[in-house]
This record gives sequence, C-alpha cells and structure tokens, in this order.
Amino acid sequence: MLELNGISKEFGGVRALSNVSFTVKAGSVSALIGPNGAGKSTLLNAISGIDPPDQGEVVFAGERVNGLSPMTIARRGLSRTFQHLELFGDMTVLENVIVGRNARTKAGFLASGLRLPFALREERESRKTSEEILDYIKLSHHRDDLASNLPIGEQRVLEIGRALATEPKLLLLDEPAAGLNMRETRDLGELIKRIRTEKGITIILVEHDMDLVMSISDAITVLNFGEVIARGTPLEIQKNPLVIAAYLGDEEA
Amino acid sequence: MGRGNFMALALMLLGVAGMPFLTSGSYALTVGIFAGINALVAIGLCILMGSAGQVSLGQAGFYGIGAYVSSVLSIKFGLPVALSMIAAMAVASFAAVLLAVPALRLKGHYLAVATLGFGEIINVLLNEWGPGGPSGFGDIPHLTLFGYTLSSTTANFYFIWICVAAVIIFSLNILNSRTGRSLRAIHGSETASIAMGLDIVALKMKVFILSAVYASFAGALYAHYVTFISPSSFNLFYSVLALMMVVLGGITNVWGGVAGAIIITILPELLRKFEEFDVLVYGLILTLSLLFLRKGIVPLLIEKAVRLKGGSGARA
Amino acid sequence: MFTVFLQFLFSGLTVGAVYALVGMGFNIIYNSTSIINMAQGEFVVIGGLLMWFFTESVKLPFFLAAGLTILSAGLVGLLMERLTIRPLKSADLLLMIMVTIAVSILMRGVLMFKFGKDPYTYAPFTEGEPFTVAGAVIQQQTLWVIGVTACCIVMLYIFFNKTMMGKAMRACAVDTTAAKLVGINVSRVVMISFVLSAMVGAIGGIAITPISLMEYDKGPMLAVKGFCAAIMGGLGRGRGAVIGGFAIGILESMTAGYLHSGMKDAVALVIMLAILFFRPAGLFGSVAMSRLRKF
Repeated sequence: MLELNGISKEFGGVRALSNVSFTVKAGSVSALIGPNGAGKSTLLNAISGIDPPDQGEVVFAGERVNGLSPMTIARRGLSRTFQHLELFGDMTVLENVIVGRNARTKAGFLASGLRLPFALREERESRKTSEEILDYIKLSHHRDDLASNLPIGEQRVLEIGRALATEPKLLLLDEPAAGLNMRETRDLGELIKRIRTEKGITIILVEHDMDLVMSISDAITVLNFGEVIARGTPLEIQKNPLVIAAYLGDEEA
Repeated sequence: MGRGNFMALALMLLGVAGMPFLTSGSYALTVGIFAGINALVAIGLCILMGSAGQVSLGQAGFYGIGAYVSSVLSIKFGLPVALSMIAAMAVASFAAVLLAVPALRLKGHYLAVATLGFGEIINVLLNEWGPGGPSGFGDIPHLTLFGYTLSSTTANFYFIWICVAAVIIFSLNILNSRTGRSLRAIHGSETASIAMGLDIVALKMKVFILSAVYASFAGALYAHYVTFISPSSFNLFYSVLALMMVVLGGITNVWGGVAGAIIITILPELLRKFEEFDVLVYGLILTLSLLFLRKGIVPLLIEKAVRLKGGSGARA
Repeated sequence: MFTVFLQFLFSGLTVGAVYALVGMGFNIIYNSTSIINMAQGEFVVIGGLLMWFFTESVKLPFFLAAGLTILSAGLVGLLMERLTIRPLKSADLLLMIMVTIAVSILMRGVLMFKFGKDPYTYAPFTEGEPFTVAGAVIQQQTLWVIGVTACCIVMLYIFFNKTMMGKAMRACAVDTTAAKLVGINVSRVVMISFVLSAMVGAIGGIAITPISLMEYDKGPMLAVKGFCAAIMGGLGRGRGAVIGGFAIGILESMTAGYLHSGMKDAVALVIMLAILFFRPAGLFGSVAMSRLRKF
C-alpha cells in the first residue's frame, strides 16, 4: 500500500529524517513510535505531501506521489488527522464530515447556485453518507453542535470521521490519543480496529500511548533522531534492546 | 434554504412591492434603486470576506469595469444592452483572474492594499481612456428586455430589486452547498482543507470572480439606469463604502450585506440636513458602529432573536 | 534639456520627501502593532491645515505655530490609539483595517467641517529669490522640505537607536511576546508609535503646504503613495521607506513631465502592485527576513 524509499528531510541544516525506508502492507495497522523530536510528524507530513521530502520516494498504491500536491495525494485516497486538531470550528459536526465528502463530489458555483438536479442529488448522498459515518463513529447525538464545542476526545474522533468521509485507502493518524482519558483511549482503539477490519482501510498511526500501540498494531516502526532503529511486531519491539535504550535515554516510555 | 432566509426574502419582496405605493414622488424610489445596486456589490463582498476570508478594497474597480464596458459596448458598438451587460461581466471576470493569480498569495493587509491598488489603477485608466475623461459621458441607453425598455424609475426599481432577490437566492444556494462549505472550511483551516482534497487555490479564485461578477453586474445596472457616468463614481471611496456596508451589516451573513447596503445608501440622504457635518457624522457613525457592533447588525440581531426564542434562526 | 530634467528631479524630491515621511509613519505603527494605519495620510493634512490655522488665522509666530501643530497632531494620534485601537485590541485584522479607515473618514469629516473644501496655503518658511542650478529653478521652500525631512530621519534614527524607549519599540517590532516578558510596557509602545507617527506626518504637512496646497481630502492619496514607499523598502524597515519615498516621488514627476500628467498616480500604484506580487519583502529586503516577520 505504501512504500518509503530513502526518505530524507532537512530543516536549516538539521537532519529531521535520514534515509527512512519501510513498507506498509495493505489492510494493516502500523505504528510509528519514537521519542519526542524523532521525526514522526515530519514523516507524516512528508507522506501526505504537506512538507515533501528532500530525497527519496513515496510510493502510494503503486504510484510515486512525492512531488504531488497534498490535495492530489488526498484525492488519490490518502487521508489524515492532525496532532494539533484542525477541525473547522465554526461548522457543525455533520458539516465537518460533509467537507470530507468534497473530494468525492463535483458541484461547483453554478451547479450549487442554480440547484441543478445533479448537485441536489449529490448533496443528498453526501449528507446520507456523512450521517452514516457519524453513526459509525458514534457522534450522531452531536450532529448539529459546533465542532469547537465538543470535548477534545470527541474532536479527535470527529477528525477520524472527517477523514473517513474522503473514502481513503490509507489513513494517517497523528497522535489520536493525545489528551484522551483511559476509557476514551480504549474506545479509540476499538474504533481503529473496526476501521481496519470492517472497512479494510490501511492505517498508520503515530502515538505515544504504548498500551494502545501494542494492542492494535500489526507492525511497529521505531524512529530515533530521524532514523529507523527497529521494525517488527509489537512483541519483537518490546524485546529490542535498541528501542529500550532509546526510550530510557529519553523519558519513561 | 431555511425558514429564516425564506421569511427574510418574503419580507424583503413585500417591502419592495409596497415601496412605490407607500412613498410619493420618485425620490425615495431612486434612493431604493441605488440601495439595490449597492446591495449586489455588498453581497459579493460578503461571500468573499465572510465565507472565504479574503479582503478586497478594489470592488470599485469591478463596479467601474461593469459600468464602462457595458456602456461603451452599447453606445459605440450598438450592442443590445442585455448582451453588453453580459460582456461587461465577462471582462470583469477576466480582470478578476488577472488580479487573483498574484494577489491571492497575499494575506490580510497585503491583500487589502493590493486590491486597493488594483481599484485605483482601474480608476486612473477610466480617467485617461474612458470617453469624456474625468468628466465622463452620457446618453447611455436604458436596458431593454423582451421589447420593453426600462426607463421609468418604478420599472427600474422593481427590476433591480428582482435582480437582488435572484442574486440572494443564488448566493444562499451556494453558501448552503458543497461550495459554500468548502469556502468556510478554507477560512477555518487551510491545512485541513488541503488534506481533505479541497482545491483551495481554485476556490479562492472562483469566489473572487463571483464577487467581481456581482460588482460588474451592479455597475452595468447603474450605468444603464442613470445613463450618465464618470470615473468619480468608481473610485477608492466607493470600495471603502462597499467594505463599510458589509462590515456594518455583518460579513458572516448575506443579509448583512443587504442591510448594510440599505443603511449606507440611506445614511447620506438623511445626513443631507447636516450639510457640512455630513462627512463628520458619517465617519462618527462608522467608527462607533465598528467599536460597538463588531459582528455587524444582522448577526447581532440573529443572536438576539435566537436567545429570545431559544430556537434556531436563519443560518449562513 | 538637462535643465528640464533637473527641474523634474527637484519637484520629485520635494513630493518624495513627504512620501518618505508618510512611509516612515506607516513603518512606526506597523512595527509595534502589525497594523497598516489607513489614516496615515490624514496626519499630513492635519499638519498643513492646522499650521495654516495657527499662522494665518490666529497669527502666532512661526515656531510657536509649528510646535502647536505638531503637538496637536500628536494628540490626535494619541486619541486615535486610546479610543479606537486599544479598545479593539487583538480583534481580527479585518476590523483593524476597517477602523483605521473609519477614523480617516472621521478625520476628513472634522477637517472639512472646520476648513471647508478649499485648498489652503501659507507663506514659505523663508522669503527670498529662488536659486537656479544649471538653469533649473529651486524654490527655497523645496530645500526646507528636504532639510526638514532629513532632520526627521536623523532624529528618528537617534530615537530608535539611542534612547531606551526607542530600543523598547524596536524590541516590540521583533517579538512582542518576548518584549512583554522582559518587562517592556507594550501598551505604551503602541501609544507612542501612534503619537510619533502622527507627528512625523504633520511635520511633512507643515513643510509641503507652501508648495503644493493642502485640502481636507488629500489624505487617501498621500497614504497610498506613502504605503507604496514603505513597501518598496520592505514594510517595517525605516531606511527603506526613505529611499522608497524619494524613488516614487522622482518617478512620479518624471512620468508627469515626460509622459503624461494623468498617469502620474498610476506609477506609484503599478510599482506597489509589482512589488507586492513579485517581491513582497521589498526591493531591499531579503525573502528570508520577511518570513521571520509575521505576514
């Protein structure tokens, strides 16, 4: 589904990523972990095209995508959430999800303004799909509330819902459990598993909550100072001395 | 469209229908015509600023292009007025594209000043190359539709306000659709909008064109109603007025533009009594309303109404 | 041939000096608040018209009149900041743009009410025959305008580099939050920037009025030209505005002289748009520097 070959990225002389390569299998949940500043978010930005890599290639669904605009990459079926929530705060929960549908709909200024039949049909379908997604992520009861009024945990879930509305093949989650309590984190884990098994969407997540990572991931990649220091199943990673050293050198895992 | 919008539209049309019977003489109707023309400009600016978060201090440029191109085409080339109006809107769209390509990379103050510069350049060009130069020209034909020429004040009043109603409906449709949501999404978070696959460059460009089309339509209506135009009607002061209309009325709501346009058009008429005071009182009202009615009149009224009823009012 | 060129050059330098002063006024306020004060041109008009009032109407001696004019302008700047900018503190950009425009209309209203729509002028600072340089005639007042502008530039330079307050203002320009943390009174800095900027504008008005008459509605065009000067030098950079102001003044008078007087106003606008579109950091600024500033 996703293949990274020798991704490197510098910020003003500082190497944020150096020669990162790994492959993500279709239908899997992969986690990207590592101490703060290891380059996890930089890597997500490089994959999604927001901040393209200096070197290396990103192959998504069999095609090279680095160099393409984030918009084009999104339309090809890569969606994401953000570490610092980027919801449309002035819009309702339902509207946020419907915006996710925009990548799959067409009506422009004229069609919308004149209420052309195809635009109306599209609008009905978008609304229906989005309401189904709200049911799926269990936020239907907040349908008409402003997104900015939701508690942080539900905002994170809403971002996932909005991303799902774009019908992604690959979903990048940037610290989806940050700011969540234990129960919310458990529900989030369930949701991620359901998205994988029921919708067959490949997932990459960056996360600090090790319980969550270990319980839902098929494969884990560990980054430290911009380099991949280990890769394997949760069990293999837990036993890897390099990983343990990297984390003990930093803070409690 | 929502019940609030429907009611507001019904109320507006009722008011328009009754106007000629409630007032005597053509003075009030003439002011009403100008209010309607200004409302068209203000609605475009409302969508541009309130929904897409872009500023323009150059609407007078598009307004002027509409008036001049349509007039010149109908006088010099003998084009039917309806056709020359459409051509004028096309020219204004083209100008909007030319301006938008570089300008939309700019933000905030920079965009404001760049659009201001554009408007002023258009004004200089009208002064230099426009027929009659700074003193303008006359004998512009009235609009003729299906063999009927709109020459009387009453006919123009009705026609222009029907246009306003149509533009309001068209705009509300846009705002309550995929397109309008995209615009608000860009305003909310550009990063997330891109990640959702929105083409933000194209959207900003199109909304800019939309505001230019509305303004040039208004300009053309103005020219074919007053039949005499000069560059001074399309200067920076008009751009500022347009901005005042939407800020006073409220940029987050199309009705804000309409209300602001009506107020700003009537205000100088009421201030006539003050003679030398007029600019002063005008400036004072604007400054005070900015300081105390930050959101604009219409959004504030809706908030009040919602609080009173505890229900939901007109949205978008 | 050369004489004519020289004549255009001097008239360009004269208006250019005023654009430079307006441009510096923009920069002073922009640096402390990130606001572009659309009422900047009105300060110049206030300078010219009040000076007329104090000298011709009240018949005060020159220096007293000039002092009073500058102080009054400073007071207007102070009132503007305290009454409109401060209450809206941290409101959104659009509202800030609008409020400076509204204040400029208000100022124009007051000026029109007091002075009417007629143009005003008064005697030059010194009486006497104009000089001739290579056949070109130079009014004494022209030298005064340039001299006064030069004095302003030097004084502002000293203020910003040698005094505590000036240094505090520069600190705010770099990073307001950090300035707050080291104990700089940011609110006072903002206030002083408005006062200073108003006074600089008024000085320009006092100097230029004997040459090019002053009327109540000259402000917006002066503001546009001054802004153009500021942006040419890179917004927020004091010396840039000076060079920008003179450059625009000269280009304008050459256009009016050699091409067509009607195109005079378009020159500054076209330059401004070209810079905004292609080099928003200004002709002398580096792009990297401008990225550091909050755009």
